[in-house]
Amino acid sequence: MTHLTPTQALHGSAIIQALKQARVEFVLSVPDICTSEGLLRPIANDPDLRLVRVCKEDEGVSVCAALSFCAKRSVLLMQQTGLMDSANALRAIAVDYRNPVCMMIGLLGKEPDVPPQQSARYGVRIIAPMLDVLGIRHLVMSSDEDIPACMQAIDEAYERSQPLAILFGRNPQ
Amino acid sequence: MNATRPRDEFLRMLAGRYTGQLVVSVYTTCFEWMAIRPDALNYVAVGAMGQAGSHALGLALGQPDQEVWVLDGDGSLLMNLGSLVTLAGAKPKNLTHFVFQNGSYEANGRASLPVAHAIDFAAMARAAGIADAHQFSEPEALDHWLLHRGPAAGPALVDLRVLSSATSYPQRYDYIHSAEARDTFRAALKALPHTGARA
Repeated sequence: MTHLTPTQALHGSAIIQALKQARVEFVLSVPDICTSEGLLRPIANDPDLRLVRVCKEDEGVSVCAALSFCAKRSVLLMQQTGLMDSANALRAIAVDYRNPVCMMIGLLGKEPDVPPQQSARYGVRIIAPMLDVLGIRHLVMSSDEDIPACMQAIDEAYERSQPLAILFGRNPQ
Repeated sequence: MNATRPRDEFLRMLAGRYTGQLVVSVYTTCFEWMAIRPDALNYVAVGAMGQAGSHALGLALGQPDQEVWVLDGDGSLLMNLGSLVTLAGAKPKNLTHFVFQNGSYEANGRASLPVAHAIDFAAMARAAGIADAHQFSEPEALDHWLLHRGPAAGPALVDLRVLSSATSYPQRYDYIHSAEARDTFRAALKALPHTGARA
């Protein structure tokens, strides 16, 4: 087992605490092996967050958009495969319609200490360029130190009414 | 159960029973609903490819004291059938999903569905876990159900066998994709009681 120094570690508990402080009330999710244990399971057991399990990621795009009309903040937790499958929903509902759809995306196959764009895996390497083509702002969350900037980005997404993608640089523990 | 009555007869009946619901509607049904019952609480910016029910779920979760109607198409719902299972899991009591089954992709040239006029969406809904599921081919039967339905224990789905409307309605694509449509809905929703100031 690789032991991470505290600055390298990414803790699900710290992410959940920060989401609450960012006034996120709803989490939409299709399970992702990268985040299931470290983030999704504790969210499911947290009485302060409403977990809505969706069958497909593009449903979550629409649910998040509609919740924003109701002055409710949400995040959509998924794997990069779901992002690619949701391209048309993101194009229309998030980008064309300027809705604050905030996604947190696990990168299956990503090497923990390699930037996503430099991954040896094609399915990881293309994600940031794909978000650039869609016109969706993206950040990488690799350690607890990255959490405040990501939460600030969620604030800005809602203030500016625009989508956001947070890519997990390593699996939360 | 065969379709014998046009969609706009059902929509006029629903308009007569309207009591302030948030109404999410899709393309051809949306254009007809906007003409029959124009209202600031019409949610028209759904994108495409079966997303109407998912937008409605977001509204139902975000506004639990407000009833939400979905006016969906058969081709549309078939692109996102898993959303019925999501709906069953989320269990909103304030959401009724109407599916207007005309057997065609009407907004895309009236081409037929792979199987036309023979899909049992009510059975699909029950199989997905939505117990409150019904099928009607007469507006009067829908009206009777609406008048006599009791308190909801969960979401409802109503499969309506319809013909395409004989009347031609304005196809307001520019409006449904416009910032004006979204801003109008947002302002109207914000003006309702129990809605927060901002996300």
